[in-house]
Amino acid sequence: MKMKKIVALAASAVMALSLAACGGSSSTGTAESKAETAAESAGTAAETTGTKVDKSKLKVGFIFLHDENSTYDLNFINAAKTAAKDLGLSDDQIVLKTNVPEGQECYDTAADLADEGCNIVFADSFGHEDYMIQAAKEFPNVQFCHATGTKAHTEGLDNYHNAFASIYEGRYLAGVAAGEKLNSMIKEGKIKEDEAKIGYVGAFTYAEVISGYTSFFLGARSICPSATMEVTFTGSWYDETAEKEAANKLISDKCVLISQHADSMGAPTACETAGVPDVSYNGSTVDACPNTYIISSRIDWAPYYEYAIGAVIDGQKIDADWVGDLKTKSVQLTDLNDKAAAEGTQDKIDEAMKGLEDGSIHVFDTSTFTVTVDESKKLNLNAKVDDKGHLTSYMADVDTDEAYKGDTEAVSDGYFHESEYRSAPYFDVQIDGITLLDTNFGS
Amino acid sequence: MNEKKNREPLFHIVKRGEMPWYKAWGIRAIALIAALVICGIITQAVTGDNPIQVYITMFLGNFGTPRRFWVLLQEMAILLCVSLAMTPAFRMRFWNIGGEGQVMIGCLATAACMICLGNKLPAPLLVICMVIASVGAGAVWGFIPAFFKAKWNTNETLFTLMMNYVAIQIVAFFVIVWESPKGSGKIGIINQQSMAGWFPTIGNNKYLLNIIIVAVITVLMYIYMNYSKHGYELAVVGESEQTARYVGINVSRVIMRTMLLSGAICGLAGLLLVAGTNHTVTTTLAGGRGFTAVMVCWLAKFNPIGMIFTSFLLEFLGNGANQISTRFGLNQSFGDIITGIIIFFIIGSEFFINYRLNFRKKAEEAK
Repeated sequence: MKMKKIVALAASAVMALSLAACGGSSSTGTAESKAETAAESAGTAAETTGTKVDKSKLKVGFIFLHDENSTYDLNFINAAKTAAKDLGLSDDQIVLKTNVPEGQECYDTAADLADEGCNIVFADSFGHEDYMIQAAKEFPNVQFCHATGTKAHTEGLDNYHNAFASIYEGRYLAGVAAGEKLNSMIKEGKIKEDEAKIGYVGAFTYAEVISGYTSFFLGARSICPSATMEVTFTGSWYDETAEKEAANKLISDKCVLISQHADSMGAPTACETAGVPDVSYNGSTVDACPNTYIISSRIDWAPYYEYAIGAVIDGQKIDADWVGDLKTKSVQLTDLNDKAAAEGTQDKIDEAMKGLEDGSIHVFDTSTFTVTVDESKKLNLNAKVDDKGHLTSYMADVDTDEAYKGDTEAVSDGYFHESEYRSAPYFDVQIDGITLLDTNFGS
Repeated sequence: MNEKKNREPLFHIVKRGEMPWYKAWGIRAIALIAALVICGIITQAVTGDNPIQVYITMFLGNFGTPRRFWVLLQEMAILLCVSLAMTPAFRMRFWNIGGEGQVMIGCLATAACMICLGNKLPAPLLVICMVIASVGAGAVWGFIPAFFKAKWNTNETLFTLMMNYVAIQIVAFFVIVWESPKGSGKIGIINQQSMAGWFPTIGNNKYLLNIIIVAVITVLMYIYMNYSKHGYELAVVGESEQTARYVGINVSRVIMRTMLLSGAICGLAGLLLVAGTNHTVTTTLAGGRGFTAVMVCWLAKFNPIGMIFTSFLLEFLGNGANQISTRFGLNQSFGDIITGIIIFFIIGSEFFINYRLNFRKKAEEAK
């Protein structure tokens, strides 16, 4: 009884404070609470697909795994702000939720955004997917868009969508810059031809990472035919210490150029300290690494945000899987750093870019790499190869299932069709010339 | 002149006797108000945002919609559950900071049942398996350090802490075993289609069952601590092991028994986290609750009823901080600063409840 009174007392004290606040000076205070209730009622009456939404009444929610201190999330946050600006949405019309973990909190946040009256909700991290689906089932009138996810095409929900970009093309072009650098090092006599070994710091042995490092490697080898690569994994998307250690391990293993697919500054700074050239990811790292940063590829999410939000405004259906590419400007290369890059790199990149855009170059052209199938090592069991080792067939695991069953033929017309049967990458072939130092998954 | 000669210190500190409850809570209320004022000044100075707006936002972040209120209750329930688990051990002066690991191992056991037995057993049997597995796993995880403490007097603080990391790495291992899709390092929602092993929803509410379970545990723990022989024994062991031995209490047995209970309730919290809400297991699922619970216990002086209030306070501040970062576009760190200041004042107020400052002037008047 006593405790009840106390709690009531404390609660009323807090209430009194906040009431006093309302009555006091701030007119914005009441305005905000009004806005919230208005939004609530709008939420229940949100427009269905097929009906146009008045742009001034539109509300967009964004869910981010971390905040702007992570390069990965910063990239999404910037895109959200750019998209809002381009579409002429006011600050009140976008709600950014940062630091949302990949658990029930994601569902709670998505549902809360729907409660607030958001017509469309975006989430940025792979682990958010199942919780977004859960929310999508509960709010059929709200569109839920998830970047990097794999399940939209099998869930069959009208209001749940995946998106990705053909970042393997960006990686390929970044690889071209790396190849040029290796060639210039060979020419200057810094390394011998057979010493052109690239080191790569990956997060997980996940298709997205495998597709990334393979396309990067193929880009480099298209310029420097003697290039080889070593890959090591940190088992985390963001672990600065592990990424730094991984880069140092590769450097001491005589890798002469480093690239990475993980989200911290660990690898780039390790390269700057050791004076080893680095091809970065998610954005330019030139400020921290002025002497070693060559170029970086990244996905610009603003085109997707603008597409999806625009679709809601126009009452159009959003694609279950949307893939941005060089043409949509979703795949971007940041500025080349002349201090670290080889001369003439830009021309080579432009040339390759042209080839990718007009279809004369395919990143995963099966004639450019060989594959070893090994039953005993369980290596590339989904692949079929000809007598020279070139891929003739590959059953990719496009439909996510617990048994990782290959379900879709991805090789035809002489190349591996990446990101065509769903938006997220599914190229997980281990090609010859790339050595995996470990398959360290630990956290 | 005279004053200088007999100079007394500005104030001296005197231990207070027992204080009536309303006075103690009055001091706490003053501390809370002082904290809010200081936070207000800092908010105004650092961000230029209206501090009153910030507090309103904090309030709305918890009570703005029915959903937010239910989320608050749910988060509170889980934190309270872990805190309740720690209480008997702390009362016994057994510094169990292994709550995190005990919860994690409970989560893992639950997830294992859902994955391996999910579509093979009928629902009631599956839930029974999950309860036994999670509670058992947590109990074992709590028992191991207690056993070593009882037999060889090992340091329980270090031991329980290390057990956290062991548990987290075991979870990491199984996440890779069960990951989907391949290589992603994530399990995702378990049995999303069949919902096998998911706790039923009561009415339309996903969280009500968890909240009811924790409410029952709270009452039971209150009774156990205050009205049972076990509760009395562990209090005596906490006060003085010698005394406990002298009156014929088997100290090692009490230690092991209490930690079994402590671990079991932590395992149950893991069950609630996996079967009740998240339906997955990750290495970060316990979310530091094992450590936050220590604060909840201490602030409430190991009183289960008081812990309802302290766990409410901590979750309220956490949710409020989130809402602040969303509404004002501030980094979450700012919300954390405010939370830190408020907690500092509340802990500080305990000093003024236990001690009195006698100022010089007052002392002179007394003469």
